[in-house]
Amino acid sequence: MSQSNDLIPPRPAPQSANGILGRIQALAAQGPSHLILSVISYAAMAAMIWLILRWAISPTWTAGSLAECREILQGQHGKACWGVINERWSQLLIGFYPKAEFWRPALAFVLLGLAIFAMLRVNARAMERKLAVIPFVLTPYLLWGGPIWSWVVLFGAACLLLVMNKLLRSTNAKADFAIRIAFIGAAVWLAMNISDALPPSLKDLGLEPVKSREFGGFLLSFLIGLSAILFSLPMGVALALGRTSKLPLLRVVSTGFIEFIRGVPLITLLFIASTLLNIFLPPGTNFDIIVRVIIMVTLFASAYIAEIVRGALAAVPKGQTEGAASLGLNYWQTQRLIILPQALKISIPGIVSTFIAVFKDTTLVSIIGLLDPLGLANNIRADSAWTGIVWEIYGFAALIFFIFCFAMSQYSMWLERQLQTGHR
Amino acid sequence: MTTLTDPPKAGFRLSQLLYDTRYRSITIQVIAMILVILGLYWLVNNTIQNLSALGKDFDFGFLSQPAGYDINQRLVEYSSQSTHGQAAIVGILNTILVAFLGCILATILGVIAGVLRLSKNWIVNKLMAVYVEGFRNVPLLLWIIAIFALMTEGMPQPRDFKVGGDASMILGETVAVTNRGVYVPGVVFESGWFASAAMNWLAVIVVLVASLLVIRVVRRRADAIQEATGDRPTTWWQQLGLLIIPAGLVLVLMGATMQYPYIRGFNFTDGIHLRNSLIALWLALSLYTGAFIAEIVRAGILAISKGQSEAASALGLRPNRTMNLVILPQAMRVIIPPLISQYLNLTKNSSLAIAVGYMDVRSTLGGITINQTGRELEGMLLLGAFYLVLSLLISAVMNVYNNRTQLQER
Repeated sequence: MSQSNDLIPPRPAPQSANGILGRIQALAAQGPSHLILSVISYAAMAAMIWLILRWAISPTWTAGSLAECREILQGQHGKACWGVINERWSQLLIGFYPKAEFWRPALAFVLLGLAIFAMLRVNARAMERKLAVIPFVLTPYLLWGGPIWSWVVLFGAACLLLVMNKLLRSTNAKADFAIRIAFIGAAVWLAMNISDALPPSLKDLGLEPVKSREFGGFLLSFLIGLSAILFSLPMGVALALGRTSKLPLLRVVSTGFIEFIRGVPLITLLFIASTLLNIFLPPGTNFDIIVRVIIMVTLFASAYIAEIVRGALAAVPKGQTEGAASLGLNYWQTQRLIILPQALKISIPGIVSTFIAVFKDTTLVSIIGLLDPLGLANNIRADSAWTGIVWEIYGFAALIFFIFCFAMSQYSMWLERQLQTGHR
Repeated sequence: MTTLTDPPKAGFRLSQLLYDTRYRSITIQVIAMILVILGLYWLVNNTIQNLSALGKDFDFGFLSQPAGYDINQRLVEYSSQSTHGQAAIVGILNTILVAFLGCILATILGVIAGVLRLSKNWIVNKLMAVYVEGFRNVPLLLWIIAIFALMTEGMPQPRDFKVGGDASMILGETVAVTNRGVYVPGVVFESGWFASAAMNWLAVIVVLVASLLVIRVVRRRADAIQEATGDRPTTWWQQLGLLIIPAGLVLVLMGATMQYPYIRGFNFTDGIHLRNSLIALWLALSLYTGAFIAEIVRAGILAISKGQSEAASALGLRPNRTMNLVILPQAMRVIIPPLISQYLNLTKNSSLAIAVGYMDVRSTLGGITINQTGRELEGMLLLGAFYLVLSLLISAVMNVYNNRTQLQER
């Protein structure tokens, strides 16, 4: 046997998959079917981008009607007419809310944005979280306006409650609870009756009142969406606890409610809100349509959240409950300190996708005649100056919805990673 | 020796109701029960008072009164002399039609997009991501209205299809896409066994289902032979024949002929007219739900451990056979439960039909009927009951399937 000392010649370096050349080579190596698929995909993408750019780049920003757009474009087809956005963008954002009061929703949503940002950070400080409550209390007043006094009372009461937390911590828990209830009751009573006690010159002091039917556009979507998101989470958690409770009656009531709401389309519930709710309430009651819609959307979302939380509760191992019981914790302590923190962490993706769905579903209010972006789009398209406009308005609305929904889903993924404590 | 004695029996004290865990749950439930009953009583009482103040009673008699309105999209015979009950049935069938078509197309789109999104090919992967994210993050209603607006305002008018017009029919002069809807060829029965076309179609479907049952028997036998001998008899031609011949025979016997749409005057006649409302609703529902199904399919495939596909390729299976025989059957178990809820969502979302004027059950029973008769309460109750029953039916059917494909554990 001859033994040679020659080295085996080195293999060529692996093909680089970077750079255009590398990518083409990698593609070619994958075989003809992949190559064809890629070519088709690239062609489709190029055609899409070309069509969109060609449509979007259109010097029609100043046009006052579709006819003027056509004049500017001089017979070129497939081009956007941006005049409609230039003329109506403020309407799409706030509806028929008085133009002079535009700063109020703007301020409210800037504050809300800051508050939400402060709350959503994983390592926010307790004080920041408390301060973040203020914009939520302030927003209804900023939006609806009216005499300031009731709000001052409520706001002061809320601030006092926060301080009371510190003062009352050492005393007996039951007395503590009773004092707080009494305090809230007194504040509400005072808020309702304060205007009678004031001299007429001071009575109407405050922001210009704005009626609910003047609300519209994305202002309405955000208002309904945010309120429903805010109220449906605690309610959904309560329903989930009810459905998993050991008490048969609570279980039956929660299950019945959840299954009824989940079995019926939201649009039917909204119709109930707009036409039928008055029949179920004491004769003569007639309250704000926006509040009615918010109640219905909240009930709807809470049923879905309840099912997600129920799944998460089932995923928490039984040993956790038993461990808590062996430490002597009662039901509420067990749920609050042991079970819910774990269950809510598991249910983040589901809850956020429910929130996204709720925000998208706010567009359904256009069907019962509220002027959300889609309702306004119908209005604008019915205007003789803009008949024939389709993609400009819907594209604008779609873009804004996309930005917010996409941001929410990205946030949930980020939060999931942040809260990941397991080792994988 | 110590004797064990029972602790002294204390008399029942009222405070035990609150502090003794044995009694507390009963106390809470009794209180909750009283609250629920009071709440229900309050609602019912208000309703009775309000109804009597409005001079209305609670009565479903309106269902047998003549409806007096037309429905342009219908699967069964209906005229304006028909009753409100019949109008509701037309609406129910329309809801089921669009939900059924939507579920099929959404599943096809979703499975394709979900599988392609896992492709190693960068551009294919990204294109599918654009589709999924684009549809998932924009409201469904916006898509329905936008597609409807595009159809009614972007497509040529029927009169442009006349000789010398600037529009032309597609697919070999058989399909016309106009701003009034899409005209496709239809089948008419010249010597049908029943008076109505719907009954004739039902006969064809019954025959098809019967052939499918026979085909199942053939397959079972082939399976049994394969189990016993290891050789699988060739049955594809038997299956194909069983599927095609009886149904074809029935069609021929009933004198089925194709009827192509053609233009007469300013509009198309003959063929089947698919209205814009149906097309817009169907496409939007399918594209939207398809994006969600794509994510479900992707998650289902990712849930199957990599060892499965490696083992399959070690056995020499080609990639598409690995997908069909190894990955998908296992992934189905993960996919089915969320898929059920997507089908349910699609069915409930079909009630958005009202935005484009498609006459589903919400537009007939829950819309025009209520407006004409003023029976909001009864109409809404019936509507709610219908959706509840439909949801329960769909989930029951899918649960049966789910139980059959589930992993049989000890």
